[in-house]
Amino acid sequence: MVTPPKGDYVSLPINAEAKKVADAWDAAQDVVGGDQCKAYGAPGLMRLPTRLRISWQNDTTLKVETDAGTQTRLLHFGDWKPPAGGATRQGNTTAQWEMRQGRRGAPQPPPEQRFGNLKTVTTGLMAGYLRKNGVPFSEKTTLTEYWDLLRQPTGEQWIVITTVVEDQTYLTRTWITSLNFKKEANGSKWDPSACEAS
Amino acid sequence: MKMTVLTALAMLVSAPVFAQGQVEAAAAATRGQIIDLAGSWANRLHEDWIERAPGPHIGDYSGLPINDEARAYADLYQVSMQNMPERQCILYTSQYIVMGPQNLRIEPDVDPISGAIVALHMTGTVDRGPHTVWMDGRAHPSKNAPHTPGGFSTGVWQGGTVVAQTTHLKAGLVWRNGVPHSDQATITEYYARHGDMLTITMILNDPIYYEEPFIRNATFELDPQTRVLPEPCEPQVEIPRAPGVVPHYLPGENPYLNEFAETFNLPLEAVRGGAATTYPEYGKKLRSTYKPPAKCTVYCCGGTGLTVPNTNNAACREGDAPPTP
Repeated sequence: MVTPPKGDYVSLPINAEAKKVADAWDAAQDVVGGDQCKAYGAPGLMRLPTRLRISWQNDTTLKVETDAGTQTRLLHFGDWKPPAGGATRQGNTTAQWEMRQGRRGAPQPPPEQRFGNLKTVTTGLMAGYLRKNGVPFSEKTTLTEYWDLLRQPTGEQWIVITTVVEDQTYLTRTWITSLNFKKEANGSKWDPSACEAS
Repeated sequence: MKMTVLTALAMLVSAPVFAQGQVEAAAAATRGQIIDLAGSWANRLHEDWIERAPGPHIGDYSGLPINDEARAYADLYQVSMQNMPERQCILYTSQYIVMGPQNLRIEPDVDPISGAIVALHMTGTVDRGPHTVWMDGRAHPSKNAPHTPGGFSTGVWQGGTVVAQTTHLKAGLVWRNGVPHSDQATITEYYARHGDMLTITMILNDPIYYEEPFIRNATFELDPQTRVLPEPCEPQVEIPRAPGVVPHYLPGENPYLNEFAETFNLPLEAVRGGAATTYPEYGKKLRSTYKPPAKCTVYCCGGTGLTVPNTNNAACREGDAPPTP
């Protein structure tokens, strides 16, 4: 909900170099440099207190917007190829459905009764912050996410995202977390705001 | 008395034997499933390290949609009550799979004829009781049946995900700073495997202590080298006390309730929990006036691998200067 104090790296499997970078974090410098959005890159964005708005941009592109920092992630299905050019804050994301296949010989259910999850892989990221207090990730980072839609017997729906961050520059191993978002009845609480450096 | 004995004997006899209808139901449910949840799963503690490893600060209820009743209960908590011999072996309840620090082993009971998964046994290490999820379509027992730390769980497959419903829980602690759940709490758990990762989502509904359902996830990694052996609890006197003394605080007398808020410069209201404090709009309100402490002073490197042993994890390496303000 709020930015952790400087030097708080709890739970993050970071290396000494990452710690050095985080210890040098200066939010004021980020403002001066126009880098207020460094904590809003895909690996850090989803852990910020935000709402998501998910819609289809077209037949093969799922759009995920956040009101925190007013960011947009595009999840590309099919044989989409990343555009040429430099890294971006939200990177290039490819997406595929992982549908469960039945055992050999078992009858396949009709499509509307099949279950599965969405898997996305994001690369081409600009360097940014895993945590808002300056804990870094590098431009070599790969972000893999598994999106599960869960239904409660009460009718409530949740999206749970299992998130795997790989970064050989700053992490000693993959960083694995999981996030949850509750579906709301409407978009009345959607409240876009600009990036904040601290 | 005779009837009670007969009932007890009937339960003992019937427990390990699966009725034909139940096996068929389990076989039907298992058919088409190719996700194997069996194995030893390592808890990496890549989030919520403070809550799961050393335990949350006294008076920190942030992020918990609790009500006044739960707050009043937790405010009386004194951690040393846990080392009373009669309390040392009280097991945490099933929700502790995602709230505790332990690794997890999942062992299925497989019917040898049909191949159906009749039950999934979730075992951990110390402090948490065995948790069995019955997959054979059996009904939950009467509301008057005994409540246990593991509760009574039945599960179904939704694709590759096991969805389990747990009732008949004993009252217990959600966090190790006294935040409770009642014996009327029920849990829905989702076990979703992605490659060598297992994400467990727990949603706790409790009409006594919670304003809204409480959701928490934990992700485990498949790791055959993970040690998941039962550790029998053997109570012993850790702190000599006069007979009849129970560590506690009377209402309004806990001197540590403000410590967490003061350490992190947070308004007391923000750490007292409640459903309204768990949504993004509350964060916006908070940030408009919040000034973080100049530097981290406690648990800063917990779970990072940079930790100096035998410290409170404020220092990250021997000789490190603290981060400059």
